[in-house]
Amino acid sequence: MPRPEFQAPPEIFYNDSEARKYTTSSRIIEIQSKISERALELLNLPNDGVPCLLLDIGCGSGISGETLSENEHHWIGFDISQSMLDVALEREVEGDLLLADMGQGLGLRPGVIDGAVSISAIQWLCNADKSSHEPIARLKAFFGSLYRCLTRGARAVLQLYSDNVSQSEMIMKAAMRAGFAGGVVVDFPHSTRARKTYLVLTCGSSSMQTSLPKGKGEDRESCSDDDDDDERDVDDKQTVGIYDRHRLSKRMKITKKGKGKAWVIKKKNQLRNKGYSVPPDTKYTARKRKACF
Amino acid sequence: MRLLTHNMLACNIKGVTNGYPLRLEAEKWVEKEVDFNADFLRGVFPKIDWPALVGAARALGFHDLLPVDAPDPSVLASDDELLRRFHRALLQLHVEEGGLVCPETSRRFPINKGIPNMLLHEDEV
Repeated sequence: MPRPEFQAPPEIFYNDSEARKYTTSSRIIEIQSKISERALELLNLPNDGVPCLLLDIGCGSGISGETLSENEHHWIGFDISQSMLDVALEREVEGDLLLADMGQGLGLRPGVIDGAVSISAIQWLCNADKSSHEPIARLKAFFGSLYRCLTRGARAVLQLYSDNVSQSEMIMKAAMRAGFAGGVVVDFPHSTRARKTYLVLTCGSSSMQTSLPKGKGEDRESCSDDDDDDERDVDDKQTVGIYDRHRLSKRMKITKKGKGKAWVIKKKNQLRNKGYSVPPDTKYTARKRKACF
Repeated sequence: MRLLTHNMLACNIKGVTNGYPLRLEAEKWVEKEVDFNADFLRGVFPKIDWPALVGAARALGFHDLLPVDAPDPSVLASDDELLRRFHRALLQLHVEEGGLVCPETSRRFPINKGIPNMLLHEDEV
């Protein structure tokens, strides 16, 4: 399916039916609330039980806001789609909702917000949907106003689906120009499905918290593609050529003894790194079955 | 929209230097029960623009809910009655229908079903 950003501007794409679809899909709700939880974790709020005043930029139907409410924070949500906000009203979210365009800047007083999250929204700023839209100017207005309204040392965690590298570079550059310190945290970088990119930005006093948190699923063994490359390299270096039909084919190697426990564990680790839920490794893993007669 | 949000909102039109506070015109408002949390109130108090909050409460018809002059933070820590009034004004009063008017340009941002429409026209960006 093509990305929604390419189909229509957000206020038109998220019409009544699309907003309802978005909010009744249990899969989307699950993914969104997982991302929101992770974003809240990356926000690194003081752990003293005192509720904070947060921003939810592109709050939509308030799925991400519910995660914030569950953690007893007060939040203000911005969205450009009236239909999405109507659904949020129906769901009786606890935060306040505003119909606003983040590309026009957030109309807030300086230094009042303790943190900001944004789930799958910033990439919309890279599109010019009207003749008056200038992506770089809109990004500048957004990040400038975000920087102003945050208190010193507050963080903003923006999860985004960037279409390509230059797009994320453009967003990052705009954030740095506005004065933010920080960088990108990528969860599950080796998976196409579970990969999530978070922009973690710190406002002012960068010496306090410059160290970026680590993404999930980064520590893994080299994947199978690399292994294949290595083998090919070795083959190229050999001076004596071997005819293909004289080489043991892959299938023969496998059928001789079965794939073995090491192979199964390696495959399970690969799936784990991609973010799938995989049963734990036990003594039963890849155990040979009894021969039955 | 709670008065907490009204207290944070400023006019965003290009060239406006004095877009705060937005004048509140309330046609309809409701009161919703919210859990009382003294720590949050004390934490958020320094960020609140007191005259704007008093003005907003007056726009809803609460003329004596809050004192005109901002109380000292130490008073707020000891005076439970005042803290409860502050809580009521800040978090429990929701404006449902009405408008927000920019003090400089007199541009009106309508509030429908509790959602202020802060979208700007193309010539205001």
